[in-house]
Amino acid sequence: MQKKEVVAMLLAGGQGSRLGILTKKLAKPAVPFGGKYRIIDFTLSNCSNSGIDTVGVLTQYRPMTLNAYIGIGSSWDLDRAGGGVSVLPPYMREQGGEWYKGTANAVYQNIDFIEQYDPEYVLILSGDHIYKMDYSKMLSYHKSKGAVATIAVIPVPWEETHRFGVMKTDDTGRITEFQEKPKVAKSNLASMGVYVFDWQVLRAYLEADEADPDSNNDFGKNIIPNMLAAGEPMYAYAFKEYWKDVGTVDSLWEANMDLLAKDPELKLNEAGWKIFSLNQTLPPQLVGPEADVQGSLLGDGCLVLGKVHRSVIFTGAQIAKGAEVTESVIMPGVKIGEGATVHKAIIGENTIVEAGAKIGVPPRPGEKADIVNENGITVIEDNVCVPHSMRIVQGTVLSVAEWPAFPEEWIS
Amino acid sequence: MRNLLGIIDLSEHAESLGELAAHRTLGAVPFGGRYRIIDFTLSNMVNAGIRNVGILLNDRFGPLLDHIKDGKEWDLNRQRDGMFLLPAPLRTDSGEGISSNLINLRHNIGYLEKSRQEYALFSGCGMVTNIDYQAVLAFHLEKKADITVIYSQMHNLQEDSPYTALVVDEGGRVTDMALNPRHCTSRKVSLNMYVLRKDLLLNLVDHYSARQKRDLFTDAIMPRLAELRIYGYEHKGYVGAINSLKSYYQRSMDLLKPEVWQDLFFTHGQISTKVKHEPPVRYLPGSKVSNSLIATGCTIEGTVENSILFRGVEVGAGVVIKDSIVMQKAKLGPGVTLRNVILDKDVTITAGKSLAGDPSFPVVISKAAVV
Repeated sequence: MQKKEVVAMLLAGGQGSRLGILTKKLAKPAVPFGGKYRIIDFTLSNCSNSGIDTVGVLTQYRPMTLNAYIGIGSSWDLDRAGGGVSVLPPYMREQGGEWYKGTANAVYQNIDFIEQYDPEYVLILSGDHIYKMDYSKMLSYHKSKGAVATIAVIPVPWEETHRFGVMKTDDTGRITEFQEKPKVAKSNLASMGVYVFDWQVLRAYLEADEADPDSNNDFGKNIIPNMLAAGEPMYAYAFKEYWKDVGTVDSLWEANMDLLAKDPELKLNEAGWKIFSLNQTLPPQLVGPEADVQGSLLGDGCLVLGKVHRSVIFTGAQIAKGAEVTESVIMPGVKIGEGATVHKAIIGENTIVEAGAKIGVPPRPGEKADIVNENGITVIEDNVCVPHSMRIVQGTVLSVAEWPAFPEEWIS
Repeated sequence: MRNLLGIIDLSEHAESLGELAAHRTLGAVPFGGRYRIIDFTLSNMVNAGIRNVGILLNDRFGPLLDHIKDGKEWDLNRQRDGMFLLPAPLRTDSGEGISSNLINLRHNIGYLEKSRQEYALFSGCGMVTNIDYQAVLAFHLEKKADITVIYSQMHNLQEDSPYTALVVDEGGRVTDMALNPRHCTSRKVSLNMYVLRKDLLLNLVDHYSARQKRDLFTDAIMPRLAELRIYGYEHKGYVGAINSLKSYYQRSMDLLKPEVWQDLFFTHGQISTKVKHEPPVRYLPGSKVSNSLIATGCTIEGTVENSILFRGVEVGAGVVIKDSIVMQKAKLGPGVTLRNVILDKDVTITAGKSLAGDPSFPVVISKAAVV
């Protein structure tokens, strides 16, 4: 196999349990985002645009959608004669085999894959972040610092530091202290889950980590602290542009809404940095004579006959006459029936909302509602039908399995 | 359908499309917000399972090649069969022009001979439609026809466009064919698509090209009406005949009817085209869009009514576009007003300009022009 300077390993095996019913049937990186994309498009496009042509995608949880979506990588120009994209699920060996136990173990199990390319560097990426980043610049920084590990960091609000790995650096950018999801943080520089390692050094740490029965086999919990403790030269690479972890319902909804700003921080139409995605072969959207579309983002193949305000409408969705969609994320193939209203909701792929249904309405006085989302975002599962004239109270997270328990008065 | 060979003929006359066809063959004329006219014929063939498609290239095919590349978007970059580009000879023996499908077929006879398929579907590309060719072949076999001509009941035909009228009896047999008849009661119009055995096609090509004939249909098939079993297959779906500027404009506007949009883009499979990876359409607060077809990559803050916007058009606040077709990457300055206008690709309209045509005579601004 042809030698490569750098091989990217994209961690895409997580369930994304905090997205609840949206990841019941698919892995988090395959969740639709931004009117036509899936979350993983951003990372794959970053690789392609950064000139990285060898990418291993580590899959484990519900990989079917992801496998079919990635295919041989042609949509991202990653169908290459040497290298390209390889989907890497766990596999059996002579002595048996096991699931990926953690992020570090997932890479450990694919040492042979990486060794085929005899790389100098390995780039570790997550498949669940929305951002545009030139990894080649980060790699140059890594080389210029003489680092063995470089971690991309971004400042986060102090009250959110407990969700991240945070680090302190000296004046040169060298990491002096690292805390994984701290209760009391000493810094608000958070790890973006994007790492560059000298491959041979990382390999040694992965092997040592695997030999430690008490390890969680995780980059943030084990590999990074171990390297730091051993005094390895590790540097933080500051990233100042848009970056969002879309691992929760709230952040997924927010990140979609971020795209609707008049001058959005994350530009999807930057020349020379296209976000590639699998083409759906659909015609241009048709906006009907009585439609009213404002402050929204709409994908190909949409048919809009009603009102759409401040919403993201994905590929092939249909909004019937008299329907009103506001502040919502309507995923691919969803049909909103005549006169239905949808407010501040995420509607899963191919779900049908029948005529007159009302989604995301305030509870009536004294009404007992099973409110799950504190921010009032209503979530409806994919591939279900919300019956004619049904009322769904704001903040409800609706899975078809729970439907029989729904109170009668909700259908009014 | 592995037994059916597809041949797309690009020798149809496109002069009446004026500026739109000045630098490109008819098949490469942009249509419907993101397509080129050839996309419909190519996609219909592939959707019917045809895996061997030969394209008879004629004149001004540069933009067409840039569009279809190796046929990958239609899944025609195959190890076996796939897409074959069949250029016309640079000059004929008689030194004439080369706008002749018979001469082109004769020139590429080797491709026809070595193709493994028993039947051939020969099609022009001026008819925009979504059609099931499998049903056509089944009809052809059931009727034991020598040639099956696909036709449509066309009531919206332009009086100024060339057409072939058919008379078809109750059994489906074609009893008469006429080219541009001035007095004709039949509205059965040939779609310039026909199915025949490949060996019959080879015979016709050999015989008539050797006798200096030029057009497969009018010179080789029409004179054989009495001796060949020629049947007519009626296609009932939407058909847009693109053969003049006026018809281009009107058939484009047909796409704004949801039933036509649905019929043309979804009935027997989807229509593929070159992928550009444009982001979804951005509608800014204050945008007024109604009855319009909008392709990805557009950003709209102004007013768009009864219009078609191709990919990557920016409509700023105060810009008004009505009853118009705006092709890819047009740049519209502040305060521009368009009505009954067709802007070709990469046109720039500077600030404050107001352009207007008439529904029967849209104004066309040619590619990359600055107004």
